[in-house]
Formats: sequence, structure tokens, C-alpha cells
Amino acid sequence: MGLAEKVASGDRRAAARLISLIEDGDESIRTELADLHCRGGHAHIVGVTGSPGAGKSTLIHKLAREWRQRGKTVGIIAVDPSSPFTGGALLGDRIRMQELSTDQGVFIRSMSSRGNPGGVAKATADAVRVLDALGMEKVIVETVGAGQSEVAVMDVVHTVLVVVVPGLGDDIQAIKAGILEIGDLFVINKADRDGVEVAQRELEMMLELEGEAKGWRPLIFKTIARTGEGIGELVDNIEGHWDMIKREGLLEESERQRCRREVLELLKHKAVLALLSEYGPDDFDALVREVARRKLHPHDAVEKIMEKRKK
Amino acid sequence: MPIRVLVAKPGLDGHDRGAKVVAKALRDAGMEVIYTGLRQTPEQIVETAIQEDVDVIGLSCLSGAHMTLFPKVMELLQAKGIKDMLVTGGGIIPMEDVPRLKKAGIAEVFGPGTTSADIVGFIKKNVKQRT
Repeated sequence: MGLAEKVASGDRRAAARLISLIEDGDESIRTELADLHCRGGHAHIVGVTGSPGAGKSTLIHKLAREWRQRGKTVGIIAVDPSSPFTGGALLGDRIRMQELSTDQGVFIRSMSSRGNPGGVAKATADAVRVLDALGMEKVIVETVGAGQSEVAVMDVVHTVLVVVVPGLGDDIQAIKAGILEIGDLFVINKADRDGVEVAQRELEMMLELEGEAKGWRPLIFKTIARTGEGIGELVDNIEGHWDMIKREGLLEESERQRCRREVLELLKHKAVLALLSEYGPDDFDALVREVARRKLHPHDAVEKIMEKRKK
Repeated sequence: MPIRVLVAKPGLDGHDRGAKVVAKALRDAGMEVIYTGLRQTPEQIVETAIQEDVDVIGLSCLSGAHMTLFPKVMELLQAKGIKDMLVTGGGIIPMEDVPRLKKAGIAEVFGPGTTSADIVGFIKKNVKQRT
């Protein structure tokens, strides 16, 4: 039995191994991945993003627990940053989810970003496919937790939660550029702290300006993840968003957009490698040296590479 | 491919400074380290090791219960048919306990005075690469 088939039959070790092979970029599992993709598409995929310390892991723990009580199975992929120096990583998101670790209806995987920008890892999209195939009805993706440019999560999920905390007026300012536009639901966590009203007002004002670009007016919720306050209502509304995109025919369109971005992303990667190998690594180094010596603008270096290809 | 390590603290003691220092040293050696926090049951540790598909489990125990907890982890791994994970132990562990722990399948025991380099070196030398 192949790994994909084992995963589909509920083999958790096979799922874990397949995710490792995906992370390692192993080419030998291509057909397995294709198999998973063709069978998949059942899970509701939820992204949770927001600045470090906003309480994402604790919130996810409570969301997963709520969904378990409602009889849903839950997969979690928690992405943490890798060290730019050693490539190593300290993955600590499970600390706040340990209660769930022996529940057979839950599968948690920590993932290093392995240098990938944008808040998720290269392997995240395929890892989601694995958990989907494993039969997880809800798959939660926790992003690295940086700031403005952490928008790649929207290429992987159906519903995006943006988590903020009160008391950091500038925090909301900081996220407004990128993240604000991708949120379907906004969560003001640690809502027992001072400054909740201010945070809510600021969010409301910014969302007002955004309008209903995605056919859905983003909602704002207050939670105290630590005690579980507000979690039930939040889950009701995450389900509401999922129902809405299915009902309004938005799911198909969102799948198409996500697939488009994923194909483009993979194509970019492949195309660059192909172009470089065609141009020759030594010639490429020479070209880079010319740019560094300020004899050539980067634009013109690229032109040269493209021109050689035409010949 | 980075080596994936689970640093786990079985049992009831609340001291994880050592585990954190080791976790950081392993990260700095280019490994991906999953840290689970305090007070884990052997069942939780083994289930986490499976989900995370780790190559190595580093157990840390300062409560004195290592003779119960470490072999229990090995027992559960064997029951699940897992043979390819390297399991090491650390903490306040009397020398006379070491042979019995090794007999139970703990590959090496790192007591007080061990340097980070010792641990990193041992893991790199003994880890079984994924196939």
C-alpha cells in the first residue's frame, strides 16, 4: 500500500512521514501527492494569523477543543520561524495544545518555515492535503506570527482569522496594510485587558474603509482564549463563513484563485531553476559580479539571461 | 534534511531550564526541535513523536522518576512498532541507573556536566536517517 492510501485509511504514522517527505522536497512522492489532491477537498481550512504573543496557539487549542465537542476532527499545522543562520528551529506551539495530543481525532504537526517568507512554509499546502486525506474535517494553519506581509496564508485556507490584542494601539496600525485585507474574522484576544474598546473602534473604522470586497463583511469578536470566553460564538461564526462561501458559490472561485497562485508559485520556482541551469551557474556568477561592480543594472542582467534563451 | 528532535519532559517536576538549554543548543546545531513543555505523560510523548515524525526523542527528568518513565516511553514505542527513533535521556540520573536505562533501550544518558557539544555530537553520529 502506498503512503497516500495508508493516509486515506487513517494511518497517522504514514501521514506524519508523508509530511516529512513533503518538507524534504522528495520527488519520489509526486504520484502520492497527486493522488491526495485528486481525492481531497473535503476539509474546511482555517488560517490563524497575527503578531507574536497575540495568543494564536492558545486560541487554536480552544477552537480545536470546541470543534471536538461538536464532533469534528481537527488537524493543526503550526508554523514557526527557522533560524536564518543555522536553518534550525525551535517549534514550541504544541506547548499550549498538549491536552489534545493523545486525542485520536486531532493531529498536530509543527512545521519550520525553512526560510520561506510570508508566514507559512513551502510544504504547508501539501501538508494540508495530507491532513484532509487523513479525514480531518477542520484543518487549522497557524502562521509564523510576524506582521504586515504575512499574507501567504490566504493561498492555503478558506477562512482567515486575524488575532490582535488590546493595549497596543500601534499594533493594529502595524497590521493594517497587508493583513487587514485578508481577514474574514477579526479576534481581539486577551479581551480582559484595558483598551478593548479602543482596539475594537480602530478595527471597525479600518474595516469600514475596506468595504465588502470579498462579498463578506468581516466580523470582530472578543475572546479570552485562556479561559475560553467567546470561543463558542467565534466557532459559530467561523462555521457561518464556511456556510456562506459554499452557499454563495464563492468556494469554487476561491479554490480557483488559490490553485492559480499555487501553480504560479511552483512555476516560478521551476522556471528560475531551469533558466539558471540553461544559462550556466558560472556565467550567472559572472553576471552577478558585474552587477556588484556596478557595471550592470539587475534589470539588464535578467535581460541577458532571457536573451540567451531566445537564441 | 534537518534532524527533527522532540525534547520532552515526562513526569511531574517543574524544572525545564536544562531542557530549554538543550533545545536551543540543538536548534543552533541546525536541528528542528519540538518542545512540548512540562508534565508530559509517556503516552503524550509517544503520540507527539509520531505526529511530528521525529528522528530523536530527548527525555529530561529531574524528579527521580526516570526509572519508571523512561522505560515506559520505550515500551510504548515498541508497542507501536517504532524502532527507528533514537531516544536519549538527561537530568539528575545516578550513575548506577544508567546500565538499566540502556538495557531498556535508552541510547545514551546525559547527566550533569555534559556539554551541549557532547549531545549534538552523539545525536549526529547515531541518528538513523529517514528513508
